[in-house]
Amino acid sequence: MSRTPLGMPGLRPGSGNLFAEEKFPSAARRELGNAQLRRNLKHATSTIRTKRLNVTGELPDWEELREAGSALKTSVMARLPELLEAFEANVTARGGTVHWARDAEEANSIIHGLVKAEGVDEVVKVKSMATQEIGMNEYLEEHGTAAYETDLAELIVQLDHDKPSHILVPAIHKNRTEVRDIFLKEMPDVDPDLTDEPRRLAMAARAHLRAKFLTAKVAISGANFGIADSGTLGVVESEGNGRMCLTLPETLITVMGIEKLLPTFADLEVFLQLLPRSSTGERMNPYTSLWTGVTEGDGPSNFHVVLLDNGRTNALADEMGRSALHCIRCSACINVCPVYERAGGHAYGSTYPGPIGAILSPLMTGVEAEENGSLPYASSLCGACYDACPVKINIPDILVHLRGKDVDAHRGGMPTQMDVGLKAASWALSDGRRLGAVEKLLPLGRAAAGKDKKIKKLPGIAAGWTQSRDIPAPPSQSFRDWWAKEHKES
Amino acid sequence: MKIALFATCIVDGMYPRAAQATVALLERLGHEVVFPKGQACCGQMHVNSGYFKEAVPVVANHVRAFESEDYDVAVAPSGSCVASVKHQHPMVARRAGHAGLEERATAVGKKTYELSELLVDVLGVTDPAIQLGSYFPHTVTYHPSCHGMRLLKLGDRQAGLLRGVKGLELVDLPEADQCCGFGGTFSVKNADVSSAMLADKTANIRSTGASVCAGGDYSCLMHIGGGLSRQDSGVATLHLAEILASTETEPAAVPGPAGQTVKVVVK
Amino acid sequence: MSTRDHILAAVRTALKDAPAVPEVPRDYRRDGDLAQGAVIEVLVDRLEDYKAGVTVVAEAQVPDTIQGLLADAGTYVVPAGLNPAWFGWETDLARVKYDGGSHGTLSVTALDATDAVVTGSAVTVAESGTIILDGSPDQGRRAISLIPDHHICVVHSSDIAQILPEALRRLDGTRPLTMISGPSATSDIELERVEGVHGPRRLDVIITT
Repeated sequence: MSRTPLGMPGLRPGSGNLFAEEKFPSAARRELGNAQLRRNLKHATSTIRTKRLNVTGELPDWEELREAGSALKTSVMARLPELLEAFEANVTARGGTVHWARDAEEANSIIHGLVKAEGVDEVVKVKSMATQEIGMNEYLEEHGTAAYETDLAELIVQLDHDKPSHILVPAIHKNRTEVRDIFLKEMPDVDPDLTDEPRRLAMAARAHLRAKFLTAKVAISGANFGIADSGTLGVVESEGNGRMCLTLPETLITVMGIEKLLPTFADLEVFLQLLPRSSTGERMNPYTSLWTGVTEGDGPSNFHVVLLDNGRTNALADEMGRSALHCIRCSACINVCPVYERAGGHAYGSTYPGPIGAILSPLMTGVEAEENGSLPYASSLCGACYDACPVKINIPDILVHLRGKDVDAHRGGMPTQMDVGLKAASWALSDGRRLGAVEKLLPLGRAAAGKDKKIKKLPGIAAGWTQSRDIPAPPSQSFRDWWAKEHKES
Repeated sequence: MKIALFATCIVDGMYPRAAQATVALLERLGHEVVFPKGQACCGQMHVNSGYFKEAVPVVANHVRAFESEDYDVAVAPSGSCVASVKHQHPMVARRAGHAGLEERATAVGKKTYELSELLVDVLGVTDPAIQLGSYFPHTVTYHPSCHGMRLLKLGDRQAGLLRGVKGLELVDLPEADQCCGFGGTFSVKNADVSSAMLADKTANIRSTGASVCAGGDYSCLMHIGGGLSRQDSGVATLHLAEILASTETEPAAVPGPAGQTVKVVVK
Repeated sequence: MSTRDHILAAVRTALKDAPAVPEVPRDYRRDGDLAQGAVIEVLVDRLEDYKAGVTVVAEAQVPDTIQGLLADAGTYVVPAGLNPAWFGWETDLARVKYDGGSHGTLSVTALDATDAVVTGSAVTVAESGTIILDGSPDQGRRAISLIPDHHICVVHSSDIAQILPEALRRLDGTRPLTMISGPSATSDIELERVEGVHGPRRLDVIITT
């Protein structure tokens, strides 16, 4: 598929797995039909919501941490060129190599070249959104290199030849029984008596991956943070698969979006409090690894960072939307989103689902790309995401902003029912006398409602409303008319 | 105090009794209510649907209407419309490059209150049964609409007022803070997801055994009521203002599930 | 023009409106407010919550405590810089595998065949129950505290901070750092937490007073 570069000179839209190939409403309709999926999502999201509220509620300075996190990220975006240059210089000074990739294709090609240079045909992987976004596993596979996911959920998804549906718990759409069945079918040497107890399933994964960890020559990771003033990188994880990959192989390749920088090491004091509590709902995740370049006698002797643009500069150029790049991938917005809870992650098409995905994907690719223009409408604008976001990204405002871009992108074409309706409404609703005149027609609607005073079927786009809802018969007179009569005005 | 009523388009055209009840409440407290005639709509349907250009005249009309009247504060029986007036109007003007309109919209927004906010914070209503004569002998559950809860941070104001109504038994709504799925044109554009959200909301409402679901926004109540009506649930929806305006001598009628019966309660 | 220069140019283009750099409000807690005893109590509570084993002992009791915790271990790893007096009780020298310094390094296979590891620690955060290793000689390289299935970690009370900002100030950010909050765990299946996956499945913390 060819994606024509759009936007300002020098800016190019993101590529890879950032696209809704199908309009959100129809994808969501299909997913809604899966009752098991909805039960799994409801259980998982409500569990994690409760955990998050417990651990964010116990900190007396949670709001102050959010304020600091938000300001720090705003400052990073404003200072991005100098911070990127400092980061590069510091990584290099500490024995690492920095590569730059404008899009998915460039990143994949760099990574594949580095793997080939080590003379191996398999790599172990730490869960990483950046590598999902660029479709790295598929690329490497096409080029004869196997990439083994080592995070439990990513392993489940990979064994099932499925796609992740959540950025923190990619297999959230599967319940324990489904996971057991996948393991029994796809995992070589698995105990045939495996039960669906989560502990037993985790142990099966441990046994399955152990030899891979101990023999891997090359590992590929993402990064939660890159520290500009030291060149330090950080990975936050739970299972120890991250530590295995970051520590044991000779070569480590880390793929990091250019927006992941923090100015100083001390700034981790904010983000290492915000992230785990917002994410898994723990006071701290079990393991966080921080490393700077290469350390003699401890860990990989060969270290590469691939700095990824892939549409981030496109998002950065949008003054209203750029704060979407503040995202630290905690998934709190996803877990509180009522739309995600019903539709699930696959309905969004992109690697990034939920409220953040509904803004990030179209910001990175442009609203014109594929069906990404349908994503900003995938929200009732209830605002739960904004309340939950640890770095205070005003997701509802950006959703509305992107709807505006989508509407503007379609101006001049054939008007839709929505266009016609809202233009007419604008005329009627921008003048009290005009609205009053329209309200004189209320008795017509009252007559249409019939004896039970309910309207049960509407035509056109409004039919969506009456699929599950009635509309009451309108009143015999508007408030405006009532007021005029009460106050003897004409 | 001279209070300007912003009826909001949905109440003006579909649920006038909520505006009439608002007038009754304010007059009962001894205030003068005026109705700026030019008013129509806050325009959030346009803004939230991405039609910023079409929202500009709607916003300009609102600002003009509420500048043309002399009053101390303005009030609307809707958290959502007040949030739009306060937050969206200046933004729409700014996007359109109308610095003057932005400034004027901000000034209007500053003087505009949601009903419970006005009653509790400005007019000092702490005991509706005594101060307003509120009487409503029914079992009621309460849905806190998202924009009131999250944008205006109304907190316990609406539920607190309901608790102070004589005869009213307030029962907690499970998962109360979950959106009902209305979201303006969302309910049409993403009708399936919206319906799924509504199904959970109505199931939660019905599980309480309440005969009335109260709220502070007729947009959400129209949505919830539309679902309860379609399900023939027998549960009605009613605006906070109507419940507060109901008295022992003139009790509010509990309408049909879709809010069909229009019983004008004006003192 | 290199890819690097392309990206940096794109970033500059994207920022052509020259957004302001805000002052970062640091109104969150920078220092703890609890006395040392209370800080230790918080730490014990957090570690137990993560299902780690916790023992609070006087410095003199450390060797006995280690000996007890290692009772089930056939073999164990000791970083070269760890206090040798803590192992004075050991009679079966074949159980002990030293790593680092003049001992050289154990292979991955050798580490995998070892049951336990004993290390010191750099700094610990009570509020989140987080022990931080920085690769100092008493902690060794990262692999030794990762591969053996049982990690016994000694935390000196003077190295315990109440909250994270205090702890980070005591660290050199450029050393290889590992922050450990309980045994490895996963919540990937139905968000149910399972302790013990790839990292050590058993974590015992000895806090010295």
